This record gives sequence, structure tokens and C-alpha cells, in this order.
Amino acid sequence: MTIRDKAFVAGIYEHPRREIPDRTVPQIHAEVALGAVADAGLTLNDVDAYLCAGDAPGFGPLSMADYLGLDCRYIDSTEIGGSSYVAHVGHAAAAIAAGKCEVALITLAGKPRTPERGGGGGRGGGGGGAPEASYEGLWGIPGAVGGYALCATRHMYEFGTTSEQLAQIKVAASQHAQHNPDALFPYTVTVEEVLESPMICSPLHRLDCCVVTDGGGALVVVSPEVARDLGRTQAKVLGHGEAPKHAMNGKLDLTHTGAVWSGPKAFEEAGVSNGDIDYASIYDSFTITVLETIEDLGFCEKGKGGSFVMDGALVAPDGVLPFNTDGGGLCNNHPANRGGITKVIEAVRQLRGQANAPVQVPDCHIALVHGTGGSLGTRSGAATLILGREDA
Amino acid sequence: MNPPSDAALPNMAPPVDLESKPFWDATAEQKLLLKRCDDCGSTIWYPRMVCPECHSTNTSWFEASGRGTVYTYTVSHRGRGPWGRVGPYVIAYVQLEEGPRMMTNIVDCDPETVECGMAVEVVFHDTGEDSAIPRFRPT
Repeated sequence: MTIRDKAFVAGIYEHPRREIPDRTVPQIHAEVALGAVADAGLTLNDVDAYLCAGDAPGFGPLSMADYLGLDCRYIDSTEIGGSSYVAHVGHAAAAIAAGKCEVALITLAGKPRTPERGGGGGRGGGGGGAPEASYEGLWGIPGAVGGYALCATRHMYEFGTTSEQLAQIKVAASQHAQHNPDALFPYTVTVEEVLESPMICSPLHRLDCCVVTDGGGALVVVSPEVARDLGRTQAKVLGHGEAPKHAMNGKLDLTHTGAVWSGPKAFEEAGVSNGDIDYASIYDSFTITVLETIEDLGFCEKGKGGSFVMDGALVAPDGVLPFNTDGGGLCNNHPANRGGITKVIEAVRQLRGQANAPVQVPDCHIALVHGTGGSLGTRSGAATLILGREDA
Repeated sequence: MNPPSDAALPNMAPPVDLESKPFWDATAEQKLLLKRCDDCGSTIWYPRMVCPECHSTNTSWFEASGRGTVYTYTVSHRGRGPWGRVGPYVIAYVQLEEGPRMMTNIVDCDPETVECGMAVEVVFHDTGEDSAIPRFRPT
């Protein structure tokens, strides 16, 4: 498959001004976005993919999809300087050709000629000219844990979820980590130890949180032709879905994640269902992240995650849904405070049969990977990937 | 609107830009402003130029009642910087009477008494820089 004949540049808009002291960078993004969709004869409600680069303020596409009120199923923030937007057209065309989206919006905006104090773009999640920064940076949120704690409180209020149930998730991860000599925290813990660890942001204790680690990871993705010549068991990409979840114009619901959108897309593309998943890497920045994601991906009914994780459901190799067999972010590794790549790596190990022996899922055939980024308490990214063995 | 209340929490001046300036200017007068879309009627939060519902740019400011209920909250025991010196404090989303859920602090009460659904009203804590932080207290 190529992108030839698969995509068209239907709308264009160049901002007519060359000095814009009376607008913020997000406002200029909005003006060019509205101009381009109007030129195409469309509206922003037609847009299902958004691409931007390093000039987009705050958390890039998360902040801007929020600001613009976009419902996206494909996002890309490739940052390669001034060439970014050319690459974006190619990436959008590839996504459209693959059926990932139909209407992709690409925006660029900046104001180096009339910079604003404190403005001007740059990544960082809430800072650096983010449109939401004026309303979210004042309340003493002590890092990511504060936003996730807000989710946990609401989930407990609506569904009766308990701290003991959240602690079970840490306990399961720790039972896996004890077999990983590289884990930062290679010890088993009990529910009581989680509940007795210091409260950080209620209802989340220190042991409800992931580890902080230096490190990194890398992946290589190849064509079927290259894979065939490499002579080893390969993990095949079966399906993928992604979505930003933003603050929804003040109507945000903290009891779910973007997995409610990314999950069904991935399952549909892969042609599999929950019952086919032998192993799951579930992003585990905090225990509540896992609980909500398991529900959103359909492994249990909404609100029933607390009872689902009891009785060793997540413990490999015999649990109903063996998860994070490397010990996960909760006990093993969360390099650079971004755990998505280690989630893919452990799923590939499982499919190759190379997980640590006591936690290797027998005959692991199909694996699910889910990543969460940003803050579930405000705006977050969700990405679901389904991988399978060569014969899957 | 309510009179200012004593603030134990840090009252750092907000980052104000061209778009948020009317909101923060109003706080100095003890007013909590929201935006409304003049085309589809949606209440807009946080305030911005374009309606996130229908994408109209016909939007206008209006004053909120300042009343709402706690949607969710957390008691933070580990503040950073100046927040590390104030003891446990409450971060919350308050669902305003007008609909939007706004991040804020709950003040003037024992943090352990805060609950989802609790009725609250806005109070303003002066930053000393022509703005005031809109926090909420139990009614």
C-alpha cells in the first residue's frame, strides 16, 4: 500500500497578519484552524485527526485539542522544526490511507515579533503559554499524583471502590517484580503495607504511585518482508487506536479514561475481543490508572474494577488477566516518567516467551498494550495496541 | 459576592495572558466570570475565544453565581514550594451552578470534612497584583 491517490489537501489558510500583538498563540492556532476548515467547506466538527509541532503550547495536541474542542481518533506531534508540517501531511496521508481518520487538521502558530510575557509556546503540560495555565496552575497540585487522586476520589464516590481494592493492583505488580532482578522495587508488598504507607494525595498513598527511574527503551518496527528474514518469533501488530481525552468544556468525567475510545478501535482493527487477550500491559502510573483502564477496555463492567482485581485476577500466570509481568511502572520501571515504551517491551517478551519464567503466560498468543499520558485529572492521551504472535 | 476571607494558602499571582485578562481583572472586583456562546448558548470553561461545542467565535463574558458543589477532591499532604508549608490542603473540582467543573481549593474548613456533593461558595484571596484567587468554602 502507498499513499499515492489516497489523500488530498482540501483546505488551506495563511494568517493575513504579520504582527499580532492582540492574540495569544492558542488564539492564532484557532484562527488558522477555522480558516482552513472553512476553505475546505468543512467545520471543526468534521475533524477527526489533529497534527501539530513544538509551536503548539502546553501539552501540544492535548492542550490544543482541548482548546479547540476537537474529537480526535488520530493525533501526531512530530517535532522536526520547520519541516514538521511537511512531514505531517505525509503522516496524515498514511493515516487516512490506513483508515485511521478522514479529516486531518494541521496547524502552526507563533508570535516571535510580538512575544507575550510568559507566553510563546513550548511543551510542558500546563506551563509555557498553555491556554489552560491561567486556570490550573494555582491550586497546589503536587505533580501528577494530585490529578489522579481527584479521579480516585470520584471513582470511590460513584462506585464504592475502596483503597484495599486499589492496593491489590500494587500487590499484583509486586508479585511480578520479585522475579525481575532489574526492578527498582523487587519485593512483594501486602495490602496492609500499601494502606500504611504515607498518604500523598488522598486517597492515594505512596505505594499507590509508580517508581521514579532514570532509563529508557527503544523499539524497531519493520515490514513483513524484513521480519520474515530475521529468523525469530515476531510480535505482529494487529490493531491500534488512540484518542486524546480533554477537559470537555468543563464537563469532564473523571471516572473514565480515553481508553473508552482507543480500546474499541484497536479491538475492531485487530478482529479480537477481550476474551482473546492472554496478557495485558496496562499503564500503571498509579493504581487508579489501572483500575479505570481495565473497565474502559471492557475487561469488566464500568464501576466493577474494584471487585475485578480482587482474588489475584491480575497475577501471572494464572490470573484472569495477567498484567505487567515485569513489575510495571508500579514496581519495576517508569523511565523519564513516561512508561509507554516499557509496556510494549514486556508485551513483546510475553509473545516471544521471554518473560521471567515464573510469570510467563503459557502459550501467550495475543497481548494488549495500553498507554496513558498527561494527567487523567485534566487532559490525557490514550493509546491501545494489540499485538499477536505470527500465527495470530 | 462574598467578602474576601483570610487565606492560609499561597496566593501566587496567576499567569495572565491576553485571553485570560478579563477573567483575572474581574476577580479583583470579587466577580467570577464565565463565557457563554452567543450562537449555541453553551457555557464555556475554561474561557476562550472559540466555543468548544459549536466552534463559533461569538462569545461573551457573564458573571457566575459563585455557588456550586464539590465534584471531587483530594487532600494533599505533600505540597511543593510554598505549598509545603501550609499543612494538608484540599484541591477540588467544583461543579458550578452554571454547569462547568472548575479546579480550585476548598478552604475555611477541616480538610477531612470535605465530601463529594458538598455545597460551596466562592471566596476571593487577593494576590496583591490586581487579581484574586477564586477558592470555595462550605455554605
